[in-house]
Amino acid sequence: MLTAAWFTSVMNASTQVFWVPVPLPALDSPGWQISARAFAWGLRSVTSTVLTLVLFATYLGIGALAHDTHFSLGWVLASTALVWAGPAQIILISTLGSGATVVQAAIAVAVSAIRLFPMVVSVLPMLRTPQTKRRHLIFTTHFIAITMWVECFRLLPHVPRERRIAFTNGLGVGLMSVCLIATALGYGLAANLPQLFGAAILLLTPLAFLLSTARNCRQLADVVALALGLTLFPFVSMLNTGVDILISGVVAGTIAYGVHCWRERA
Amino acid sequence: MSDFLGDWYALTVLVLAGFLPNEIWRMLGLWLGGGVDEGSELLVWVRAVATAILAGVIAQILVFPPGALASVPGFLRYGAVAAGLAVFMVTRRSIFAGVVGGEVVMLAGKWWLG
Repeated sequence: MLTAAWFTSVMNASTQVFWVPVPLPALDSPGWQISARAFAWGLRSVTSTVLTLVLFATYLGIGALAHDTHFSLGWVLASTALVWAGPAQIILISTLGSGATVVQAAIAVAVSAIRLFPMVVSVLPMLRTPQTKRRHLIFTTHFIAITMWVECFRLLPHVPRERRIAFTNGLGVGLMSVCLIATALGYGLAANLPQLFGAAILLLTPLAFLLSTARNCRQLADVVALALGLTLFPFVSMLNTGVDILISGVVAGTIAYGVHCWRERA
Repeated sequence: MSDFLGDWYALTVLVLAGFLPNEIWRMLGLWLGGGVDEGSELLVWVRAVATAILAGVIAQILVFPPGALASVPGFLRYGAVAAGLAVFMVTRRSIFAGVVGGEVVMLAGKWWLG
């Protein structure tokens, strides 16, 4: 039943209905003329998505994991601000915690983060105006991660183009603030958290990432890549190469691309 | 250094193993992205590989669970994620409903196992 065709048909049938109303003023509202107000509206948009709750809980888990792995509170807060990518942080903390070398941890993080490249490439055209310079986008680019990516696609069409950078900065600062608070709370509570609760919040990361990615699948290639990547990893991991994720990812992704080319030609 | 930040060594490790290998992909997207057409074949391939890598990261967390998640038996971890995906599908792609559904299955399973 779980064929790719079924998967895409379900997705296509329902793409129109899952967006919740966007609580932003009309595009021609005079409020948009002030950059600071666009920033504030971005900040406030943090409350308009349930993904904020999911992120909050995910970072509770990261804080607790860092505590249990004997990192300092300041270290894990700095990792949330600097790395700003849930899976990379979990991989960093768990590989370093299990005694891996700095180089091994860096490779594992770098492999897990390749997804940020196409994410940035697809979000930036929505932020640019003909006057925008690259350096204007450096700060904004740092915020781009999966939740920001999903939310940019949902919210930016309702923001006038020349205010999108300010708006996205507001959204990024808002989400990061929520996550910094969650990291600190998770760290502080870790010693008193029941194990079941700790397990529940760590399960959030795979659940939220799987579903966020599934929601943004736009082509058959994306769906095949997701399904094949999930099934291939357990087999490749038996090889114990140290770069298992990279191998299973490149193989599954290339097969998915092949399926895409074959469909285009047919 | 205070206890808050830990020692300089830990912070250097954070920058070298956490910040730089992660941030380089964002900055590459910024530097090279301007020249890449959003619909280009290269980007379709890069996106497929990136999606498959993310799927691998998800699988890794489930197959080799970190911290407290290791206390949940394997079949329950996989079952909970499968249930979350099913709820996501029937609720017209609601991420929130899917996440709650998966969590409920995991908690119910742990409670049932005792």
